[in-house]
Amino acid sequence: MYTPHSPQEIEEMLNVIGIKSVEDLFEKVPAKYRYPDLDLPQGLTEMEVAAELNEIATANASSDEFISFLGAGAYNHYIPSVVDAILSRGEFYTAYTPYQPEVSQGTLQAIFEYQSLMTELTGMDISNASHYDGATAAAEAANLAYHNFRGKRKKVLVTRSVNPEYRETIRTYMYGLGDVHVLGDDPLNAREDETAKLLEMINADTAVVIVQYPDFFGRITDYTKIVEKAHEAGALVTFVFNPTALGILKPPGAFDADIAVGDGQPLGIPLSFGGPYLGIFTVKDKLVRKLAGRLVGETVDEAGNRAYVLTLTAREQHIRREKSTSNICTNQGLMALAAAVYLSVLGKSGFKQVANLCYQKAHYAAEKISKLPGFELAFPETPFFHEFVIKTPKPVEEINARLEDYWILGGYDLSQTYPEMKNQMLVAVTEKVSREDIDDFVAALEEVTND
Amino acid sequence: MTEKTIYELSQPGRKGFVFPDSDVPAAPLPKAFERGSINLPELSELDVIRHFTNLSRLNYSVDGGFYPLGSCTMKYNPKINEVAVRLPGFSQTHPLQPITSVQGNLYLMYQLQEMLQEISGFHRVTLTPAAGAQGELVGALIIKKFHESNKDTKRVKILIPDSAHGTNPATSAMSGFEVAPLPSDARGNVDLEALKLHCDETLAGLMLTTPNTLGLFDENVIEVIEMVHNAGGLVYGDGANLNALLGIVRPGDLGFDIMHFNLHKTFATPHGGGGPGSGPVGVSERLAKFLPGPIATIVDEGDDDTPPFYGFYTPEESIGRMKAFYGHFGVVVKAFTYIAMHGPDGLRDIGEKAVLNANYLMEKVKEDYYLPYDRTCMHEFVVEGTWKDIPNVHALDISKRLMDYGFHPPTNYFPLVVHEALMIEPTETESKQTLDAFAAAMKAIAKEAREDPGMLNKAPYTTPIRRSDEVKAARDLVLCCWTPDSF
Repeated sequence: MYTPHSPQEIEEMLNVIGIKSVEDLFEKVPAKYRYPDLDLPQGLTEMEVAAELNEIATANASSDEFISFLGAGAYNHYIPSVVDAILSRGEFYTAYTPYQPEVSQGTLQAIFEYQSLMTELTGMDISNASHYDGATAAAEAANLAYHNFRGKRKKVLVTRSVNPEYRETIRTYMYGLGDVHVLGDDPLNAREDETAKLLEMINADTAVVIVQYPDFFGRITDYTKIVEKAHEAGALVTFVFNPTALGILKPPGAFDADIAVGDGQPLGIPLSFGGPYLGIFTVKDKLVRKLAGRLVGETVDEAGNRAYVLTLTAREQHIRREKSTSNICTNQGLMALAAAVYLSVLGKSGFKQVANLCYQKAHYAAEKISKLPGFELAFPETPFFHEFVIKTPKPVEEINARLEDYWILGGYDLSQTYPEMKNQMLVAVTEKVSREDIDDFVAALEEVTND
Repeated sequence: MTEKTIYELSQPGRKGFVFPDSDVPAAPLPKAFERGSINLPELSELDVIRHFTNLSRLNYSVDGGFYPLGSCTMKYNPKINEVAVRLPGFSQTHPLQPITSVQGNLYLMYQLQEMLQEISGFHRVTLTPAAGAQGELVGALIIKKFHESNKDTKRVKILIPDSAHGTNPATSAMSGFEVAPLPSDARGNVDLEALKLHCDETLAGLMLTTPNTLGLFDENVIEVIEMVHNAGGLVYGDGANLNALLGIVRPGDLGFDIMHFNLHKTFATPHGGGGPGSGPVGVSERLAKFLPGPIATIVDEGDDDTPPFYGFYTPEESIGRMKAFYGHFGVVVKAFTYIAMHGPDGLRDIGEKAVLNANYLMEKVKEDYYLPYDRTCMHEFVVEGTWKDIPNVHALDISKRLMDYGFHPPTNYFPLVVHEALMIEPTETESKQTLDAFAAAMKAIAKEAREDPGMLNKAPYTTPIRRSDEVKAARDLVLCCWTPDSF
């Protein structure tokens, strides 16, 4: 389809090679298996494929057709048009990893600026060029901690309020290492306090304690005691954060976190049914040489001009091979660029504004819903950012099914991943919903539950 | 040519984007958590557009020119892919929406799984791995789980040919295996004698790139796979070089047990300046139960009047989740588009033209450069970027000088088994004229090397920056922008 060869050119090329036909190139491929009959539909023209994709896409209902209160790790934020205008430039998206700095300064400087924005956002010292997503960044944090202690500390502690899919991913990565135990996220008893339980578990065998801020339920928790206890025990602390929240909340660096990771999807990346997103990975200075993934550093060229290069590459798999601590090769280059453009255009005032709007609207929604008969906040005393848990008078699944008739996408049904949280809905509110949308949601909730 | 950073361009009080005012009553933030000012730059929308547009101009790209970067498959990235992924039905679907509202997405994922199975000859494919390296990790963890499920715990050793990508040994180590390097023989094949010595009860598996990183199809591939199988091991195929095999041969038919695909290479989705990639994994029937989910499936076959109903499942003995949600869906949409446009004949055309282009270019380049494995290549070939009688010119110098001729350099210093390697992969989308121009540049540089070697040591001369001080970068680590004090 995109091969430019004319029959005459093919002939000329075969002559240069000194063979009769293209088939002659494949003599070493076992004849028995050569040229399989592929049972695939015949190729389509661009016009036909465009029509087919349109048809497939319209078999979905996009979040923008609904009023959406669904979050739980992916958030429906407005993306300024500038972001896609830059991402659509072929100079960015058809380039490879910037191994040749002389012809890759665009990608390199953009990543350098991304790293700068991430350290500012998190209050941490150093950011790498990114990981695949928030879940794999959390898993790589556990991996970093394991190797930091040369495999001698066998315990990874993670709270139950860390995103369940992140915890699963951490477990998969730790399965590879063999003798590591991921603990701390069993269901809590009715009177058990998450912080107190965790404090008891931290000891000299703990490599890392992983907490989420705001947590999976949207709660803002002060982890100061956990950080102190972990550091006393010599362990590292990882914060899993939501980047939008850091527009108005004290950053992980202010709590003395050693590692801070998060999913950068809220920073100008479309929902896209779960990916590609962006794994933000930041650390304190002391861990820079333990960091997996790519890093861009500033230097000078032969003429003395400022230049950017990939640096500390001796940590990475293509140099250290089996002695490297991670196999990560690609980063999420284009997604990191999206985040850099998003934060650049929102800037100091716009980013604070979006964080505030999320916070205010979520609190308005929580206030209104909790006054409905049969509804109450699950954690009424705890501060939250833009997500909160509401106890519902009927199963969430049932409520959500009926909300679809109102073109409302209800919140996440927590019983799917927390069996102990039946009839509890995780509601997310972003700047994209208006007061009127929230009022409609509240009215609809009342209607679908009062029969 | 340098561009100021976003912080240097920042002007206090400038705004690039404004949201509507809040329409709800104010709720106070607890003081204990309140953050003061955040030091983000202050730029206008035009500032941002100009800055990043200027940066983009400092990049070399496939859209801009020939990019023969070996093992990276820098082919043309069709523009329709970019249109497809931006359809709101795809880009604006939340991963946790009710399954009834995302049947289009699930249909597309299911279809791509089926297509990849058919193209590769594997029984089952998962789309969840985020990139090739993560696909490798899936493969290595499946090997681990397979032997564990057989209570075969002595199997701790993974064999990796000396020509392999660095991700192979790194992945094996991440999965708790011991790595044993496997030498290549004089024809660039796996050394069968060395392999025989490793075929014992500690053998967990072999990771084999096909074609290998020398661009060669292993002449004994069937025998190699049989030897590993007979010893009780599994064979992992690194699919990095699958482009050469499209429509030519299916790795599953050759006996491979597991393989990852690089959608960003083979299916042109594209590279994005270093990602996002996507690394689906295919396995043989006996390993399907270990795959990571969620995997798209038909929940209800439907009938004449109703279409099938799609859902997700995760195999019962799965190695576990690899990331949040379902993989890089946006990349999956592009790969589907690409395969749907090509069909069986188009895929074979890709494989054939990729190999034709490589062999044609190899004939031309070897006139002036030493080709250590001089036989028909697949999609790429490796020459030495040095001459015995010109000791001061290296592969690096040739690479840098190519930039002055308007080309992106080949991969250099890899694979490690070739001295001063230059690894050249033209891909199928390049024309004979482009290949001729590149070959002419290589010839001209060979001539320059004889006449003025010192000049090559300082190349390039025409790029936005000259050679940079990488030692300084690592010694005086500067990893984020200087920010003005006023912040």
